[in-house]
Amino acid sequence: MTPADKKRVLREMLFARRFEERCYEAYVERKIGGFLHLYPGQEACAFGVMEAARPGHDYVITGYRDHVHAIKCGADPKAVMAELYGKETGSSKGRGGSMHIFDVEHHFMGGYALVGGPFPLAAGIAKGLKMKGSDAISICFLGDAANNQGTFHESLNMAKVWNLPVLYVCENNLYGIGTRIDRSTAVIDQYKRVSGYDIPAAQTDGQDIEKVYEAAKIAVDHVRSGKGPYFLELMTYRYRGHSMSDSNAYRPKDEERMWSKRDPIIMLRDRLIEAKQITLDDYKAMDTAVLEEIENEIIKFAEASPEPSVDELEKYVLADNDPYVRGGKH
Amino acid sequence: MAVMMYWEAIRRAQDEELARDPMVIVMGEDVGVAGGTYKATKGLYEKYGAERVIDTPISENGFTGLGIGASFIGVRPIIEIMSVNFAWLAMDQIFNSAAKVRYMSGGQLEAPVVIRSPGGTAHQLGAQHSARMEKVFMGVAGLRVVTPSNPRQAYGLVKSAVRCNDPVFINEHELMYNMKGEVPDEEYFHPLEGSEVARQGRDVTLFGYNISVHWCLEAAEFLASHHGIDCEVVDLYSLSPLDRAGIKASVSKTHRAIIAEEAEAPVGVGSEVMAIINEECFFELDAAPVRVSARNVPIPYNHRLEKAAIPGAKDVVHAVLKMFGKQ
Ligand SMILES: Cc1ncc(C[n+]2csc(CCOP(=O)(O)OP(=O)(O)O)c2C)c(N)n1
Ligand SMILES: [Mg+2]
Repeated sequence: MTPADKKRVLREMLFARRFEERCYEAYVERKIGGFLHLYPGQEACAFGVMEAARPGHDYVITGYRDHVHAIKCGADPKAVMAELYGKETGSSKGRGGSMHIFDVEHHFMGGYALVGGPFPLAAGIAKGLKMKGSDAISICFLGDAANNQGTFHESLNMAKVWNLPVLYVCENNLYGIGTRIDRSTAVIDQYKRVSGYDIPAAQTDGQDIEKVYEAAKIAVDHVRSGKGPYFLELMTYRYRGHSMSDSNAYRPKDEERMWSKRDPIIMLRDRLIEAKQITLDDYKAMDTAVLEEIENEIIKFAEASPEPSVDELEKYVLADNDPYVRGGKH
Repeated sequence: MAVMMYWEAIRRAQDEELARDPMVIVMGEDVGVAGGTYKATKGLYEKYGAERVIDTPISENGFTGLGIGASFIGVRPIIEIMSVNFAWLAMDQIFNSAAKVRYMSGGQLEAPVVIRSPGGTAHQLGAQHSARMEKVFMGVAGLRVVTPSNPRQAYGLVKSAVRCNDPVFINEHELMYNMKGEVPDEEYFHPLEGSEVARQGRDVTLFGYNISVHWCLEAAEFLASHHGIDCEVVDLYSLSPLDRAGIKASVSKTHRAIIAEEAEAPVGVGSEVMAIINEECFFELDAAPVRVSARNVPIPYNHRLEKAAIPGAKDVVHAVLKMFGKQ
């Protein structure tokens, strides 16, 4: 990453952090409902990988903690916020909600609420890309605990057998809701689980965006060059509870403190300050601008947008006017 | 009689069964250290330890199958699936193993497992977290399906399900865990089959189960005070098998039937109850039976659309008034 890239990504990550924090507030204000899973702490994962990939071109799929991945792929944050508000202008027209952000135009293939569901979908997208001769790759971001679903193993096997262009990124934040990884999973290091499929795998520090970027570059190049699937594990931590309904009481305080000292945004900021690329005042001005953008543009847009009409409850259940529904000659 | 919450009633039943029989175990995601997503296993991990109150990986088909396998040789597992939406992943083991093993082994093996899981539409949880799956479970031979509408039933059904040698699916509801009600102080085994008349009436039978019993009761009160219509409410706590005799008895008395279900109409509780009415007491009817069901859509996130998709007491009232030509 060039110094200019790093400055840009610092702003993007800061934006993502503030966006998520604003979602928290909106949830408390009851503007957002349902389940809400926030991303603070893990930003370097999505940003580091996508900096090495081609956002908007490569296909991305993930679970329910999906706002930031969507935005990094190119989704309009206004549309994402409007979705959280359940508005017609939302990225899924208010039908999906937080766990189901979609922006197919930018090849963000969705957030899914069933743990492990996206593994085979990502392999399927990779299959399609291969058939089409596309140079795009399929990237699947999921958590550590998701690897205990059968779909993880089934998908790795198929991806290898059929040499599919899919990159599996595991954001290992050490917990699946309240269960610590060592209580549910035979090995903490998830990359070790992949060796049985003869798929190259690597593990790196998920808090340091430069390390993520370097590791992701190798991974993305491998997949894009037609050598088949790759597995990248990023060691990270979420700063909030699993979702808004999680008390977060199960994590040791010293563990939380240790990880909060490794804040991906602060780490990059301090490195840029040290290298004299920015000053602390630059960063503060950046933060103010981000907060203003979120308040004055994004929240305003979401607030002012109309709700979907109840008359359209049945829209999108099935295709509109599909000619084959009636058969006949075509 | 002590008043307790639905989750407390389930917790008490599980606690008693764990205390009584060392072969009873509880397993599921976050049931141990965290005490259960809806607190139904609160404190049990501390009391019975990690060998018997087991935090599972997120491997629904795997841990459900493991529980079923253990039940083949005398373990009595109570498997909690965090939400029925995740039970889709365990369908293979529930249907292909638990429900069929007694039959296909010619009675040599049985799978005395209890599978507890909350279904229903809560608040804005979206399409993948709002399934109502009772109709899927009740269509499979070899599996019992019960669905408690109050804490007393919840306590007594868990107790009976643990003792019963058949696999029993207990369909709970995300919005009902904090509901309060009386539960007998002494040990109580609720029958796994049958139905209960929740309110006596003469003019029309409202059939409900689980949360829709409460819509029916609310509608019945309103119709009695505002329209002089006397509704009988029948609580179908057993969905498989359905209580043919109970359905027949009530319809033969009131001659009218409305079925309220939170799920979509196709292939549902309503269609099944209608078929039973048709078979058992068609000539008793004074009006065609009516279903009050959800709209046939994946559940939308937006709160208004969600409300429009799911029925409630008002819809039951409308259906009754329409049946009586008052609307
Ligand atoms: C099939 C299924 N089972 C259970 C759940 C409930 N659930 C939602 S997230 C989650 C933990 C997932 O942990 P992980 O994969 O590590 O991702 P993280 O949330 O830590 O990013 C669980 C158990 C679910 N959504 N889907
Ligand atoms: Mg995790």
